[in-house]
Amino acid sequence: MKKEWPVWEVFIRSKAGLDHRHVGSIHATDARMAIENARDVYTRRQEGVSIWVIPSKGITASDPSESGELFEPAVDKIYRHPTFYDLPDELTHM
Amino acid sequence: MELININFEKGFEAKIAAGQSIEPKDWMPEKYRKTHIRQISQHAHSEIVGMLPEGNWITRAPSLKRKVTLLAKVQDEAGHGLYLYSAAETLGITRDELYEQLHSGKAKYSSIFNYPAVTWADMGTVGWLVDGAAIMNQVMLTRTSFGPYARAMVKICKEESFHQRQGFEIMLTLCKGTEVQKRMAQDALNRWWWPSLMMFGPRDEESTHTEQAIKWKIKLKTNDELRQQFVDQTVPQAEILGLTIPDTDLKWNENRGHYDFGKINWEEFWQVVAGNGPCNKERLEARKNAWNNGEWVREAALAYAEKQVELKEAV
Repeated sequence: MKKEWPVWEVFIRSKAGLDHRHVGSIHATDARMAIENARDVYTRRQEGVSIWVIPSKGITASDPSESGELFEPAVDKIYRHPTFYDLPDELTHM
Repeated sequence: MELININFEKGFEAKIAAGQSIEPKDWMPEKYRKTHIRQISQHAHSEIVGMLPEGNWITRAPSLKRKVTLLAKVQDEAGHGLYLYSAAETLGITRDELYEQLHSGKAKYSSIFNYPAVTWADMGTVGWLVDGAAIMNQVMLTRTSFGPYARAMVKICKEESFHQRQGFEIMLTLCKGTEVQKRMAQDALNRWWWPSLMMFGPRDEESTHTEQAIKWKIKLKTNDELRQQFVDQTVPQAEILGLTIPDTDLKWNENRGHYDFGKINWEEFWQVVAGNGPCNKERLEARKNAWNNGEWVREAALAYAEKQVELKEAV
């Protein structure tokens, strides 16, 4: 099989003031083409004002089988949330 | 090893039962993965092959307005195909392999695109009925269990509504026009009605994939349920146009609260699936030609990009 064009992950900022958000992926030979292809595929209806592309192989993802070790330590730390603290109802602006 | 697999499977089934999404890196049964590659790629191929009957009308559109609309619609379909190919690729199959399956005939696409679009009214009917039927299926799929597929569907559904509305508008314009135009609209409905009903696939009792697909929440409604929903919603739309649906058995059933409709010619359906429809050969040829004739462009672009990297590194 012939060599495929590399895959890029596409992130789009929908308007100034918001984060770039992952929207999908695209095939392209280089970064410039990846941006142009992403423009055509993901912003046909003014969905974005800025695009990031990154080669998919440059992304390291956490392993779902390690979710326990990674995320469970936060589960019982409810004292990190404001609602954990029992304060009188008459207290305002807090 | 086997015990571990059983535990993974239990976790997977529990997630599905709880309505949680399955993501690409999550453990999944091999059959779930294969079913998704088959279904998502079939869907992607349908979008791409679906551009062909309409592409034929871009240069023949009756006005500039219709032309830009049709161009935008065909561009959307290319985009939808790409969203879906990307979703399929998260399951570990490459884009080239997906194309290869289409070109070799191993993968299917929606049979509806093997019918010819012979008049301008067909562009109206395709938007109204074919996109209408597709939307019904796609709205359901926004809640399908595999995350990337569901997210692709959300994007597609947002864009697809315009496809159906522009189709209906074409029909409305023809139906308000001259006698000849109205006859053209009726003729298109006559030809597309039954193939549109076939788009939902075989009857539930004959559908080999439905049971498992429902269990894994790939599909949330059966073929027959969606088909009935389509008939119920389309009959009043035909009335607005003043067109007659070509089915003498079509009748409102007070007890069921649904329209009864006539027998579908399943023999025709299976013939078209088997490759013997009016345009099967032509559609596949067009795809293969596009792929083969574009090969030197793909290679040249890649060679250029690699050379740019080399030049940069040499500095």
